[in-house]
Amino acid sequence: MHIAQQILFIVCAVTAIYFFSKKVAELRRNILLGRDEDLTDNSNQRWKNMVLLALGQKKMFKKPLPAILHLAVYAGFIIINVEILEIVLDGILGTHRLFAPMLGGLYSFLIGFFEVLAALVLIGCVIFLLRRNVMKLKRLNMKELNGWPKNDANLILITEVVLMSMLLVMNGADLALQAQGAEHYHSTAPFLVSSHLTGMFSGMSQGALIGLERTCWWLHIIGVFLFLNYLPYSKHLHVLLAFPNAYYGKLVPQGEAKNMPEIQNEVLYMMEPDKAPPAPAEPAEPRNFGAKDVTDLSWKNLLDAYSCTECGRCTDSCPANMTGKKLSPRKIMMDTRDRLEEVGKNINEHKTFQPDGKSLINDYITVEELRACTTCQACVEACPVSIDPVSIIMQLRRSLVMDDSNAPQEWNMMFGNIENNMAPWKFSPDDRDAWVNG
Amino acid sequence: MPVKSMAEYAANGETPEVLFWVGCAGSFDQRAQKVTRAFAQILDKVGVKFAILGKEEMCTGDPARRAGNEFLFQMMAYNNINVMNAYGIKKVVTICPHCFNIFKNEYPALGGKYEVMHHTTFLQGLINEGKIKLKDGGAFKGQKITYHDSCYLGRGNGIYEAPREVLQAFDSELIEMKRCKSNGMCCGAGGAQMFKEEEAGTSRVNFERSEQALETGATVIASNCPFCMTMLTDGVKNKEKEDSVKVMDIAEMVAMSMA
Repeated sequence: MHIAQQILFIVCAVTAIYFFSKKVAELRRNILLGRDEDLTDNSNQRWKNMVLLALGQKKMFKKPLPAILHLAVYAGFIIINVEILEIVLDGILGTHRLFAPMLGGLYSFLIGFFEVLAALVLIGCVIFLLRRNVMKLKRLNMKELNGWPKNDANLILITEVVLMSMLLVMNGADLALQAQGAEHYHSTAPFLVSSHLTGMFSGMSQGALIGLERTCWWLHIIGVFLFLNYLPYSKHLHVLLAFPNAYYGKLVPQGEAKNMPEIQNEVLYMMEPDKAPPAPAEPAEPRNFGAKDVTDLSWKNLLDAYSCTECGRCTDSCPANMTGKKLSPRKIMMDTRDRLEEVGKNINEHKTFQPDGKSLINDYITVEELRACTTCQACVEACPVSIDPVSIIMQLRRSLVMDDSNAPQEWNMMFGNIENNMAPWKFSPDDRDAWVNG
Repeated sequence: MPVKSMAEYAANGETPEVLFWVGCAGSFDQRAQKVTRAFAQILDKVGVKFAILGKEEMCTGDPARRAGNEFLFQMMAYNNINVMNAYGIKKVVTICPHCFNIFKNEYPALGGKYEVMHHTTFLQGLINEGKIKLKDGGAFKGQKITYHDSCYLGRGNGIYEAPREVLQAFDSELIEMKRCKSNGMCCGAGGAQMFKEEEAGTSRVNFERSEQALETGATVIASNCPFCMTMLTDGVKNKEKEDSVKVMDIAEMVAMSMA
């Protein structure tokens, strides 16, 4: 019997890890579809940012209430996973609470500590569910979240509530079994939270209790395995990607736009033809100016898209969105991820990408959205995990203007004025210093 | 007021301390010209040896770059850097945070490396050094002032304190808007929005921001950017408050308060 359970457990664990690794490799491949960008400089500052922003959740604390709840859920999520180690070892070795005899009093203390965290996670998730579904916070109920994104969010929270409940019931049943002196159930000191649950189990037979305890144990660990495999399909992926994303975040001042050396050189060779290198025998493959599709973006933009947990702090601070324009920085990130997933599926099916007649611009993000951005960087500042929606918006704008000559008439006039009068308005360059006499 | 150009300095074999980069708004926009004159007056009064590029100055290319026209931006940058490097310019001060940002952060990669200051930082330095002396009981004593962080000075470059320190020197009451500093709200002009109509929405960005400024009860809205100035002035007019609330650049306020 034990052996069968051990084998079953090992099969479950190996399957879970296999599918998860496979999906992670696919995400990595998708992210690397983006253009190269060297972000390996300044590693001290990068580590510091990762510790402060991802581990320390520094920016979350701009909104204290959700920050504290989120910290509880996050700390619980990470620390309780230490207990998973014991569960996994028990599963493989066919033992029960392997560490209990070794650690003695410390064991009960640790489990008690995990239980407190589990209870906090449970409370946190319930409050989060209420904020989403009952209090209907504006940023958590905008129209870009209709459908799957809302379900995704609720599913994550409900799963966590269920997993934590299982953990507590399992421990409570264990304590009840210990009290009855059941075989295999090591005697421990009462656990901090579940010791208050034992009342629920009074009057239950030993067989029923073992059944309950085992069911919770199995459902808990299978739930964990399933959740692990759900992550890559979900906005919850941020629990992992927040770390690399904070590490690779922008270090230069937020106001600095990325240079385009290819155009810089083109202008240089036009003005000083002697500096132009001899034309290569084979002309280089033409490539888009700016970005039309996800593969024109940098890999960091794509990592950004996978790191987004759709919290909406960006959209909440966006002046265009606040005044009713269609632009929502969160939607820019969601669209980028959706399109990248579509491209990824296309590659899965055909080995290499087969043109599907679609692009990130137009099919996902409209010109109207892109036009509304003031490049004010409020979204970048608001993001707790260093996502930069403005970078994507700017690259898409470059494509619109330079590849498609798609600019509003007023911008075309402004361009013309800059070219001809050296100012965005139609004034004579000779009057530039006329203010002196005013 | 005598204002000399780089060409005049060069002709006399002299080098000014600093180039005053006026910018397109400061040169052509009638309201912003007043800011330009105020800042030049301050420099003149304090005895800073400054020059302008005059007719040789050109748009930095910022609105073109933000709109997506990188070619035009690179053209403008190429020309400006050639002119500035030919004069051997080391230090630049500008009254526009967009020009400031582009000189400080974006020209260096193209070969234009200068020490760049925004005029509010420059003024704070002059006050701290005691070169600018303010009148006792100046025009703003006891008045309520609110300060609008421009995006490219604030979030874009992390400069929040220098302009506030200048305002605090007036002996006035500085009241912060609900959204200020890193959480400040855009006036609506950045990203080349200044040069086109807003997309359809429920309100205008500058109306929203001006309301936030008016909510403070301040009688002066202090700005550091010619474009914010236009946007906020329109927003104040929209609420028909232009008689009781003034939108002013920090340089104008300093010029009015100098002893």
